[in-house]
Amino acid sequence: MKMTARFLARLTRHPADNRVHWLAWLLLGLLLAILPWLVSAGFGNTWLRILNFALLYVMLALGLNIVVGFAGLLDMGYIAFYAVGAYLWALLASPQFGLHWPLWAILPLGAGVAGLFGVLLGAPTLKLRGDYLAIVTLGFGEIIRIFLNNLNAPINITNGPQGISAIDPVHIGSLSLARPIDLGFVQVPSLVSYYYLFLIAALAIIGIAIRLERSRVGRAWAAIREDEVAAKACGINTRNVKLLAFAMGATFGGVAGGLFAGFQQFVSPESFGLLESVMVLCMVVLGGMGHIPGVIFGALLLTILPEFFRHIAGPVQQSLFGTVLIDPENLRMLLFGLSLVLVMRYRPSGLWPSPQRRREIEDVQRADAPADVPVSPM
Amino acid sequence: MDIFLQQIINGLVLGSIYALVALGYTMVYGILGLINFAHGEVVMIGALVSYSVMMVLVPSGLPPVLLALISVLVAAPVCMALAWAIERYAYRPLRHAPKLTPLISAIGVSILLQNLAMMIWGRGYHAFPDILPAIHFDIGGAQITLLQTVTIGLAAATMGILAWMIQRTSLGQAMRATAENPAIAELMGIPVNRIITLTFIIGAALAALAGLMVGANYSVAHYYMGFMLGLKAFTAAVLGGIGNITGAMLGGLLLGLIESLGAGYIEDLTGGILGSHYQDIFAFLVLIGVLVFRPGGLMGERVSERA
Amino acid sequence: MTLFARHALSLSAIALASLSLTACGKKEVPPVAGNEVIITIGHAAPLTGPQAHLGKDNENGAVMAIDELNSRGISIDGKKAKFVLVSEDDQADPKAGTTVAQKFVDRKVNGVIGHLNSGTTIPASRIYSEAGIPQISGSATNPTYTQQGFKTTFRVFANDIHQGQALAQFATQSLKAKTIAIVDDRTAYGQGLADEFKKAAEAAGAKVVAQEFTTDKATDFKAILTKIKASNPDILFFSAMDAQGGPALKHARELGLKATFLIGDGGCTPEFIKLAGNAADGQYCSLPGVPLEKMPGGTVFKDKYQKRYNQQIQLYAPYVYDAVLVMADAMQRANSAEPAKYLPEVGKSQYQGVTAKVVFDAKGDLAAPAVSIYQDKGGNWSYVETVGAAAAAK
Repeated sequence: MKMTARFLARLTRHPADNRVHWLAWLLLGLLLAILPWLVSAGFGNTWLRILNFALLYVMLALGLNIVVGFAGLLDMGYIAFYAVGAYLWALLASPQFGLHWPLWAILPLGAGVAGLFGVLLGAPTLKLRGDYLAIVTLGFGEIIRIFLNNLNAPINITNGPQGISAIDPVHIGSLSLARPIDLGFVQVPSLVSYYYLFLIAALAIIGIAIRLERSRVGRAWAAIREDEVAAKACGINTRNVKLLAFAMGATFGGVAGGLFAGFQQFVSPESFGLLESVMVLCMVVLGGMGHIPGVIFGALLLTILPEFFRHIAGPVQQSLFGTVLIDPENLRMLLFGLSLVLVMRYRPSGLWPSPQRRREIEDVQRADAPADVPVSPM
Repeated sequence: MDIFLQQIINGLVLGSIYALVALGYTMVYGILGLINFAHGEVVMIGALVSYSVMMVLVPSGLPPVLLALISVLVAAPVCMALAWAIERYAYRPLRHAPKLTPLISAIGVSILLQNLAMMIWGRGYHAFPDILPAIHFDIGGAQITLLQTVTIGLAAATMGILAWMIQRTSLGQAMRATAENPAIAELMGIPVNRIITLTFIIGAALAALAGLMVGANYSVAHYYMGFMLGLKAFTAAVLGGIGNITGAMLGGLLLGLIESLGAGYIEDLTGGILGSHYQDIFAFLVLIGVLVFRPGGLMGERVSERA
Repeated sequence: MTLFARHALSLSAIALASLSLTACGKKEVPPVAGNEVIITIGHAAPLTGPQAHLGKDNENGAVMAIDELNSRGISIDGKKAKFVLVSEDDQADPKAGTTVAQKFVDRKVNGVIGHLNSGTTIPASRIYSEAGIPQISGSATNPTYTQQGFKTTFRVFANDIHQGQALAQFATQSLKAKTIAIVDDRTAYGQGLADEFKKAAEAAGAKVVAQEFTTDKATDFKAILTKIKASNPDILFFSAMDAQGGPALKHARELGLKATFLIGDGGCTPEFIKLAGNAADGQYCSLPGVPLEKMPGGTVFKDKYQKRYNQQIQLYAPYVYDAVLVMADAMQRANSAEPAKYLPEVGKSQYQGVTAKVVFDAKGDLAAPAVSIYQDKGGNWSYVETVGAAAAAK
């Protein structure tokens, strides 16, 4: 809270602005608190469920943003950490091994183990850059998925492609989030209580990400992103700092994975394919790499957009042409692909980049706008 | 022994196919430093166009070899036009943008092409006709078909021609100059944009050829085939040292051999603990191993400095 | 960052405004319009991605059943029933599966047909169960689906255990196989069926001489087929879909692997024969139920399907068709389309469908699932024998 206050105070140019800011924050907080009820009443529980998934993706995108956005390391196998978190939860709280550990034990453990995997991935790839790193991380993600898919023999650990079902829902003592919670004056439906849980986790992750960005480590990441050789020359221990980026990013993924397993109560390897990694990467880049509000926006947008297309693709055609010319599903993905291309075409630094980054890119573009030649700014 | 030999042949054929596709990746990367993620989808379009042309022409009673030739002559311009459009509208405006921007744009193009193909050719799997008579050769107890022999030969020939073109012709010289430093190349009077477009178009012609060979070898074509193939080919290109023509060939063959021998012998090597379901792990582990010791891939030298 | 505050403010305002707008503008559609009762049936299958062709086939089956119900002019509780199908794409992705499930629950559908894959059916079944909506799958084969203890889960299709046993029985008794090689595609379907087949085949005295693996996206099978060739099995059981099975069979013959080829329901399609070409001749596949030709109304359904969609039935369309009709039948017997009222009737079904006589056991599986074996003769699957019904009925 103190941090936010200081942060806001610094932003304020003249006193009259101050009130507006508080009002904005207050309104946002209020909106977030009543959002599930509004969504559920106005749009139905489908959208509330989508909103919950959107919050999970916010956590994932923020985690990947640490690696890609802050430290500039292209990670294409990020979903592996989500998988590690999810499977750890599934193994420790399901009939698979007959274990039923509580939330406060599994979630930190899942985060920790995922972080460890982050270091495991980071260590051999320290020397690699750019696209080489991309393909190795992609391979790492696939390796994790293949192991999860095949570790049902000779000893059955992950139950293979069948996945693990009947996972314990998130519960605190005897209070299970899978059932409506009676607060006396109001009944909180399961989806709403999950929303609050995910919101708290997402806010915590946002807070940590902001702190990290402004810390010494955050500045070191930025230095590595801009010029690794120079950063090293300035006395930054690039090895440790890079490993830390992988570990922190992975930790967030692990938390999101655990919550996913508890929410869905079923995990199977097909949820952790390469396309999921690509999707999270799209969120980060589309929103505005390295810019926390932008990344959050990207995650929300890319979770909601395909669902939005799903809902409108059929009816719109019906009203325009009187019949459904193109399959709604086909059109949905078509529009999704098209919007990726168009956004990158007209907003190359993302939809909501940090003002500084946008300036830099525009400068580059202005500097050699006449000669249409390629440069590699990264 | 014949089993071992057979696995080597399997690996070489698979590797040649990877190499054909990897050449397209590596050319574009060499000149632009861009992972053209949509290349796999262009291969897919090439395969499906070839398929359609052949289906139309089958009643004419022409010999299959001729059909294949005609189909690739139709498919190549289609792919070239497509690649031109992709370069012009999805990549060129992004040349000054951060490196990840064209990557996301490429992913968008991929999704777009897949869904377009699904609209045109439907959701089903198409049985790709045989383009060569089913002749088998026997080498020490192992089988190799005429088609497989042609595939290996074609990949090698394509690589040779490309390498010659890049090293010996003035176009190749312009390409190398553009790859080295586009701004200076421009100053030297090289039409950089046209060279880049040409690179894409040559890559697309290769994609059409690769599409035909993939379809013929695996006797199946469908709208989803480009994705995995593109990924494997890209892995092959990186393994060999991306941006390097010989490297793409080497990487492709190596990846093919690893997959084939891996699937064939993991079980015996690990005493039955790991089976052929771990063949992809093998491929990726070798990749990681190579890159840890040679961060630029097997044949690459300078690219790692550029990132 | 002042930017952020301003954006936050405007975003909240927009969000609130749009929310309140929709909340006011949304009118509850009454389920009963005059003398007509509208019955919505949800249908979920992958309509995009590699299995889109099968998903569409399922949808076609459901559409035909719905049209037939409407043309019959059924009345429920004294009102004319109008059946409406809501079809959704679950992308064969468990997460999208639950979103679709929630959408059905929100729309208050009267029943759900699907999903196609076990991976989506299982997580979605929890949501339907909590909402009390009956679910009948015409294609999910994982035994877990009906073993979760939910009262709302049914399937009109033999599960992996039944089909695996039937296939093994056919392989060891009719084909007299002594040595068997198994390939599975490491999907929930392929692995589940392969494991059950292996268990039953070994129990019947056959020896599994090679067990190899591929993926559901693979196109190259030469390496594993070469390895299988070295162990020279009597039978190759390929536990995967047609898109892999067809080309794999063709390649097996190219390599000189002569084992009889056997594939489960995923390969029992015209597509398989198309993809394998001449190599398919004389090979076997299995499909739950009895051939359409032998069932009352089966041929009619087949002809109608071909005429309407201008293609052959891919795979599960008849089962999905039956699933819809079983559900409607239960509604008629309960004289209500309300899930809570007709759910008990689903379990008591005695419905004569085009694929089987649908009678459920306590869990919601078919009580006496039959599995039929087909052989490719001259480019068509022709019926050989029916196995397994007696074994499972015991």
